[in-house]
Amino acid sequence: MREPISRRGLLGAGTLGVGGLLLAGCDKLNQNPAVRGFLASAEDAHRASQRLIAGGALAKEFTEAEMSPKFRANGSLTAAGNSEWEQHLATDFAQWQLRVDGLVLRPLDLSLAALKGMAQRSQITRHDCVEGWSAIGKWQGPQLGPILKAASLLPAARYLIMHCADKYSGKPYYESIDLIDGFHPQTILAHTMNGQPLTVEHGAPLRLRVERQLGYKQAKYLMRIEARASLDGLYGGKGGFWEDHSGYPWYAGV
Amino acid sequence: MSDPEVAPEPAPPGPPPPSGLVRRHRLSTRLWHWTNVVAVTVMLMSGLMIFNAHPRLYWGQYGANPDHPWLEIGSRGNVGELRIAGMTLETTGVIGVFRNAHGQLMARAFPDWMTLPSYYSLADARLWHLAFAWLLAFALLAYLLWSLVNRHVGDLHITRHEWSPAHLWQDIKDHARLKFPVGEAALRYNVLQKMAYCGVLFLLLPLVILTGLTMSPGINAGFPFLSEVFGGRQSARSLHFIAAFGLVVFFVVHIVMVVLAGPYNEVRSMVTGWYRVPPEPKGPSDA
Repeated sequence: MREPISRRGLLGAGTLGVGGLLLAGCDKLNQNPAVRGFLASAEDAHRASQRLIAGGALAKEFTEAEMSPKFRANGSLTAAGNSEWEQHLATDFAQWQLRVDGLVLRPLDLSLAALKGMAQRSQITRHDCVEGWSAIGKWQGPQLGPILKAASLLPAARYLIMHCADKYSGKPYYESIDLIDGFHPQTILAHTMNGQPLTVEHGAPLRLRVERQLGYKQAKYLMRIEARASLDGLYGGKGGFWEDHSGYPWYAGV
Repeated sequence: MSDPEVAPEPAPPGPPPPSGLVRRHRLSTRLWHWTNVVAVTVMLMSGLMIFNAHPRLYWGQYGANPDHPWLEIGSRGNVGELRIAGMTLETTGVIGVFRNAHGQLMARAFPDWMTLPSYYSLADARLWHLAFAWLLAFALLAYLLWSLVNRHVGDLHITRHEWSPAHLWQDIKDHARLKFPVGEAALRYNVLQKMAYCGVLFLLLPLVILTGLTMSPGINAGFPFLSEVFGGRQSARSLHFIAAFGLVVFFVVHIVMVVLAGPYNEVRSMVTGWYRVPPEPKGPSDA
């Protein structure tokens, strides 16, 4: 008599079935809002614990000999499509100005020459992408702290929004940091990278460097910095492009 | 043992009671063991998905696409490849390129059945990985501290006699012949077991946790020595992967040993603490 189902076949099907159920179970858990909420609560613990451990500590700075031979450009590689930015690019950003506004007493419009005329900070730091790779480069620009002081933040200000000229997959790129990182000595607005004016693929004319967080916080193609009391009501409300569209954490110190 | 006021020794010695069952594993050991089953599984599966976002490993401080990786999982057309130390191994169907449940060929380093979630999502994998990291790390810390308090850590002490090549060789031969300890000897760790458990407890788990912390830019600012110790963030990432692979090797050997030693008895002892002591071989008249 022929066995209708071989034992081996049954075992194989059983293994596949159990495996499939497990996978489906994992994915189901992954999509459960309560589970996601619980997992996301660890993000608050990351921020709190890192602020406790690091305090005002500086990110490690490197020597020129330790720099990446080639610094990988990632994310948006141009802000083309934004006509205002395109016009500035055509004129070497001579008329470009960074707008600093929102919850400030004195809104500012800072030209590239004005930014270069301020006290400068130069730092060789490691850029860590959320994907896992790292590149070491040299950045130069004014610290953000003195600019915020010059604009005079209003008491209600809690967040600094970086409005960018680029779109990523058709949506405006933006990022945000809090005042602790805003006033950190290594938080600079970089116009120079590896001794050269910032190239288009790295975010010309100006990008944020917030050295104790991951790459997606280092907003490129800066146009405007807006001080706000909260992230609510701004785009997706989570404080950044990746935060809104991919679920990356707002605090990117891990 | 006649005086009930005297605390029993940590490892339950003496002849087994009539039932033949003895208390082998403490509650703390059993709790930690099953916590780890969950934590390590989640960490491994989500970690493989995180690796998928950049399936290349480097040595040193930096490392990105323009730089030279020592390990890479990739694909060329429909061929999956593992490139390691200058060699290229074809791995189609296993890693690099695999067929999903719908029969479609997918180009991804680690296939869906190994990862959490099964579909590509770096954000979701990080959500799981970074939450369960707390569980893994604090469970290890609590267990190490508690094992110092209850002196369980002493059970892992490898004696001078056990370090002798003759004893080690004997233990290796016994394992190879699947000759497992019986009687009282089954209630103590043998030297290979001690080495494996010490390796996990004092080397692999601390290494995987510390190299994980080293990859965080925030922790880097607070604890810059970590990156110094491991030779840079990308070296730490490589060591993190190697330590995780070491834990997988331990897991496989561990499961094989449990199955060979009698899975029902072994699993019962890790769930309830009660273990049936394998009887000593009887005299020749009983043979």
